[in-house]
Amino acid sequence: MISAKNISKSYSSKDVLKNIDLNISAGNTVALIGPSGCGKSTLLRIIMGLIEADSGFILIDGETVSKENVLQVRQKIGYVIQKGGLFPHLTARENATLASEYLGWSTSKTEERLSELADLVQIDKNMLNRKPDDLSGGQAQRISLIRALMLDPKIILLDEPLGSIDPLVRHELQSDLKKIFHELQKTVLLVTHDLGEAAFLGNEIVLMKEGEIVQQGDIRQIISNPVNEFVEQFVSAQRSPLEGY
Amino acid sequence: MNIRYPIWNDQCSNIRFSIFRLFLVIIVFVIGTSFSIAQPIVKIGSKLFTESVILGDITSQIFEANGINTEYNEQLGGTRILWNALLAEEIDVYPDYTGTIIQEILQENEIDSFEELEFSLNNFGVGITKPLGFNNTYALGMNKEKAQELNLNSISDLRSVPELRYGFSNEFLDRNDGWKGLSEFYGIEAENVTGLDHDLAYRGLEVENIDVIDLYSTDAEIEYYDLKVLKDDQNFFPTYQAVLLYRLELEKTNPEAITLLGKLESAIPEQTMIAMNSAVKLDKRTDEEVASEFLKENLQLNSTIERNTLWDRLLVNTLGHLYLVGISLGLAILIAIPLGVTAAKIKAVEGSIIGFVGILQTIPSLALLVFMIPLLGIGSVPAMAALFLYSLLPIVRNTHSGIKGISEPVMESAYALGLPNAVILKKIELPLALPTILAGIKTSAVINVGTATLGALIGAGGYGQPILTGIRLDSTALILEGAIPAALLALLVQGFFDLIEKWATK
Repeated sequence: MISAKNISKSYSSKDVLKNIDLNISAGNTVALIGPSGCGKSTLLRIIMGLIEADSGFILIDGETVSKENVLQVRQKIGYVIQKGGLFPHLTARENATLASEYLGWSTSKTEERLSELADLVQIDKNMLNRKPDDLSGGQAQRISLIRALMLDPKIILLDEPLGSIDPLVRHELQSDLKKIFHELQKTVLLVTHDLGEAAFLGNEIVLMKEGEIVQQGDIRQIISNPVNEFVEQFVSAQRSPLEGY
Repeated sequence: MNIRYPIWNDQCSNIRFSIFRLFLVIIVFVIGTSFSIAQPIVKIGSKLFTESVILGDITSQIFEANGINTEYNEQLGGTRILWNALLAEEIDVYPDYTGTIIQEILQENEIDSFEELEFSLNNFGVGITKPLGFNNTYALGMNKEKAQELNLNSISDLRSVPELRYGFSNEFLDRNDGWKGLSEFYGIEAENVTGLDHDLAYRGLEVENIDVIDLYSTDAEIEYYDLKVLKDDQNFFPTYQAVLLYRLELEKTNPEAITLLGKLESAIPEQTMIAMNSAVKLDKRTDEEVASEFLKENLQLNSTIERNTLWDRLLVNTLGHLYLVGISLGLAILIAIPLGVTAAKIKAVEGSIIGFVGILQTIPSLALLVFMIPLLGIGSVPAMAALFLYSLLPIVRNTHSGIKGISEPVMESAYALGLPNAVILKKIELPLALPTILAGIKTSAVINVGTATLGALIGAGGYGQPILTGIRLDSTALILEGAIPAALLALLVQGFFDLIEKWATK
């Protein structure tokens, strides 16, 4: 469903991505993980067509992304970012329906879809009338998810969606996200720096370092067979709550 | 991380069309009003000082009393502005002086007779009446006591006292037949020379801030302040016979007007002119009244003068001011917002756009107004053009920074929705930048209201007109008649935009 072929990108002589090849099959949920600055968010933006790669190309649903079709491609992909992604001057409803309104959906179709999605992401429909400033962090991300799912995209890209959510809410949202992914059976690519979250949500993990994919596969496989010292370190760098005792 | 959002889609939205339509309406409106101004009437101009204004009034009233429609642009500016306005057909008639014409306009020393002067002027398509009857020469004057104390009687005597403080009208300061030529001719070394308004110079002399000023020999103040006129002992100043200059074309299009101008030849002796100047400047009577009286007594002509009440004048000035501000600001908004958007969106032109409007702002407003004269003539159009240019910067800059200031996550989400750039601009960027843009428009509007008072200097009307006349007549009441409404209007505009801002950010 998503293919990145030979993607390279550099900013002022710093290579952010080096010949990345990545294939994600339909219905798969993949977690892209790695230390800060490893290029994972850049890769996501290139897939979305928000930045151009220096070389290589992206295939979405069998179609090569180009200047001509980038808008149509974006409409096939739901996109959720860490925070602040909601438009502050619009209500939650207006945020969610901006694209459908542009595409000329009828009010009844829009409302039907909204209520379906509100149930799915478990948010009170009254919240739809609020502006982002009047929503909690968790509520805002649920609205972002509604906005991303509005056009029923085949693919969902999430860039650290729970990065700035406090732990209790994050725990709850992780469970809800897992349920939603399972229910929808979409192709999901999720960027996170938390291995626990990656393992919990993704059925496949892609580990990146300095613009390259280091290891890719099932979490058990990565833990039991780290390909190098970096992977071993990265896996063991997770602290358990009782470690200090 | 430096994210670049490629401008990949250029779908046209309907905002562009509605802006275009609004633009058309404004253009039609502007052209329409300028046509209505261009009726077949005789246009009269005058210089900044009282005598010139009275002569303009006399000319205007003699025409009106004989059924010729006139438009009188009083206090248009100095010699250069009037002369250029005449050549550019902005005005048809204005009063001037032979010495000024020869020295300052034609800059020829070879002209010895009136016939030669007339011939030279005809080459420019300009006609001249015979002298009106008085010589208003330049002179230098000072307080009698001070002159006595220093034993000064003639201009030559000034050579011995270089420490004297000179205060000259700005035109006199720069003219060949003014201080420039005079100081060279007499060899006067002066350490302290400043330029100031002629009407304020008498005040300066009275409070002893300055010692020597330039005089017009028909100034009423010479007698009133009991001044010592220093003798031009080496005959530097030429004679300045008052005359009327007119466009020669008038002889064909309106021969009656020329006949009427002839009635003023040799009709105004020096004492009469001094008395008229005195009536306006010292007795605080209006220029129109004094001119009308002159025509009645000397030419048995009954001219009707409109007596405008304070409220009439206020209404006319307010409408004039709103006209200047409204059109210039409206056009500025229409141009500046797209410019600001372009600057924010296209990196290649960002620097040049912001730089260009920034440079416009650094030109002194007075200079910008004068620059407009050769391009657009005099009146409200050049004033509006200058005000328009002035209003650009705050709006362009705020539109630019308002759009640039939108947070990256918001823009990223907007592009991720797969919406075309035009839709993102309309639905996301402009609404989010709106408070900043409105603040820019408010700044422009308030500056515009203040700067528009300078428009009167080039005949654009508005609140500047009473201020200008007030300075000439040394009348605080008249100055306030322009200054107070201008200040109130600025406050009103500020309040109005505060309300809009509040509404927009609700």
